Amino acid sequence: MINFLKYKTVYFLISTVVILSGIFSIYYYGYNVSIDFAGGTNIAYQFNKKIAKTDIEPIFKNKKIKIFSISITGSNRLHARTSSIDEKQEKQIRDEAEKKLNAKIQLLLFETVGPTLGRETIIKTIIASLVASLGILLYLTFAFKNLKYGLAAIIAAIHDLLVLFGTFSLISHFLGAELDLLFVTAILTTMSFSVHDTIVVFDKIREYRKKEWKSDFKTIANRAVTETMVRSLNNSLTIILMLVALVLIGGEVIRFFVLTLLIGTITGTYSSPFVAVPILELLERRKSS
Amino acid sequence: MKTSKILIGIFLLMFFGIVYIDLPQKINLKYTLGKKNISYSFNHPNLDFKLFGLTIKKNFSTQLGLDLKGGSHLVFEADMKNIAASDRTDALISTRDTIERRVNLFGVSEPNIQTLKVGNSDRIIVDLPGITDVSEAVGLIGQTAQLDFREQASLEAKVATTTPLFLQMSKRTGLTGKNVKRSLVQFDQTGKPSVGLEFDSTGAKMFEEITGRNVGRPVAIFLDDFPLSIPTVQQQITGGQAIITGNFSLEEAKKLSIAINSGALPVSIRLIEQRNIGPTLGQDQVNKSIIAGIIGLLAVILFMILYYGRLGFIATMALIIYGLISLAIIKTIPIVLTLPGIAGFILSIGMAVDSNILIFERIKEELRRGNDFNLAIKWGFGRAIDAIKDANITTLLVAFILFNPVNWDIFPQFGLIKGFALTLFIGVMTSLFTGVFITKRLIYFFYKPK
Repeated sequence: MINFLKYKTVYFLISTVVILSGIFSIYYYGYNVSIDFAGGTNIAYQFNKKIAKTDIEPIFKNKKIKIFSISITGSNRLHARTSSIDEKQEKQIRDEAEKKLNAKIQLLLFETVGPTLGRETIIKTIIASLVASLGILLYLTFAFKNLKYGLAAIIAAIHDLLVLFGTFSLISHFLGAELDLLFVTAILTTMSFSVHDTIVVFDKIREYRKKEWKSDFKTIANRAVTETMVRSLNNSLTIILMLVALVLIGGEVIRFFVLTLLIGTITGTYSSPFVAVPILELLERRKSS
Repeated sequence: MKTSKILIGIFLLMFFGIVYIDLPQKINLKYTLGKKNISYSFNHPNLDFKLFGLTIKKNFSTQLGLDLKGGSHLVFEADMKNIAASDRTDALISTRDTIERRVNLFGVSEPNIQTLKVGNSDRIIVDLPGITDVSEAVGLIGQTAQLDFREQASLEAKVATTTPLFLQMSKRTGLTGKNVKRSLVQFDQTGKPSVGLEFDSTGAKMFEEITGRNVGRPVAIFLDDFPLSIPTVQQQITGGQAIITGNFSLEEAKKLSIAINSGALPVSIRLIEQRNIGPTLGQDQVNKSIIAGIIGLLAVILFMILYYGRLGFIATMALIIYGLISLAIIKTIPIVLTLPGIAGFILSIGMAVDSNILIFERIKEELRRGNDFNLAIKWGFGRAIDAIKDANITTLLVAFILFNPVNWDIFPQFGLIKGFALTLFIGVMTSLFTGVFITKRLIYFFYKPK
């Protein structure tokens, strides 16, 4: 048995550093918010010849369409994010670009979201997360017949949520990921995975408390963590193997989504023994003293 | 002993059924063996047979979402300002029906048109697979429904009887939906349903003239250039009231009345969201994700076998069965696969292994404590079940909220997230079955104590 709980301060320190740097990043860099939330237009064109940014930009500018970002990948594929335009304007731009460059364009993607819809999406997302947390809390309180277990599991899940929001801001700033609906999905999945992992440890604690009611909580908790460690690592490893494969060779549309899930899996695995259990121990100690 | 043989029989039968469903629609094999060319082509046999008088027809094909096969996703908001609150639901539904009719005229295969209420806003969502020229589609959908009355091209000329009736009705009378005040379902003396029309004053006068010159002849009612009904005029009609009779069922009469009302009371709609995805982008993404999934799966299998030895082989078998069952469920329902959906499926593979790891660790623990093999398996399973159950219920809970089955408007109603939630849900349910039930059978069958 390893005395995991002895290094409680170290775990809290690690978590604090990671979360704080995330919060700093959110404060200084913020996010690239996708059109799902902010409204606007995404366009992707495939040209049949080599193109340059400077060929295309004036076409948008002449029409007084604001360009938020424009990039060219693989010498002939154009991605642009602009203010909200409709399908007629898009067709005009495409026709004009074809004429100007004497090229053929294949429309790969054209998405427009109105600004009101974006706001609505944010509200809905927040409500869904709150209801999910409440549901998990209620279920755990019911399953373990003790509110403290539910609380500790939710705190660990919120820890993971903060880690994700923070690191995503860094990814957003340095790699250009967009905060979109898929990110929300990743957040909620991570929360459920984190709780999933925590339950396995708590289940052990519950078992030992029944069997060895004489031992103090610390011993029991250390034992539970030690015994579930292999399972936790193995399980995370299998999920990580799947996700790494997707990050490296999967499609680029879901790359950041999968990357977020990957970070979520790592922090979800970490938070069960190193956040949820120490917090449960704190809660239990408060009761006995 | 006998029951276990029957069980194995049932198991094998189910297994082959599932493999049958999983087979792809079409396989073409072509390779050279020595000097022989072998060419083999396989078409998935679809179910099409009669059983106790019931026709069973089912084709098991994988349905791909718009993000994978390309197409347009359009969200319209209906402007209900001028429509009384009590008529709004009807107006929305008839607008939807009108759009559906127009989309069908456009020749789109498998369009999906839904209405959605979000707070005070009424929306119509139109999914058009394979349509990328969206300006044309939007133009077609965006017009308000137009009702108009037509008569035969020439009143004097003898009409060639071979021409279908609705093609003869080519002369527009100028009387349109604008002149119809409202339309409602009525019943004649014999109790048969018919559709009544009420014109405004101009409409009444025009209708009087039209019926006056067409006694004994047909007058047609067209909706969006599509003939709705071609009744024959019995006598000149004055007073601005018309009745369309015909062999309507109540349902048909209602539909017709709604359609006419939608022409007469058009709800103007505004496009608030549109997403168009070209087909090449999607295919590329699917291929990459599938390759990634296979490589990830191989890595997981390798790890399980290296770490757990013979138990790892059993987990691999359970995992393959898991994959086959979930694929069969996805194809049978059928679930429209989107890119996040595929990600959800791949993620659930990782989670499926977890049940096995939990059980194996418990069994090893029991063996370490000196229990004999049978007891270790029994206890190992029993103990692991609690954790597996609690852990998976929370995942199911989250998937349920994301999927939002009742379409509550306080939760997300977005297609992509739903796709992810649904495959995750199916994945977790299936993994509960294979991870616990199937693995137990496999262990008793293959795993003998040393």
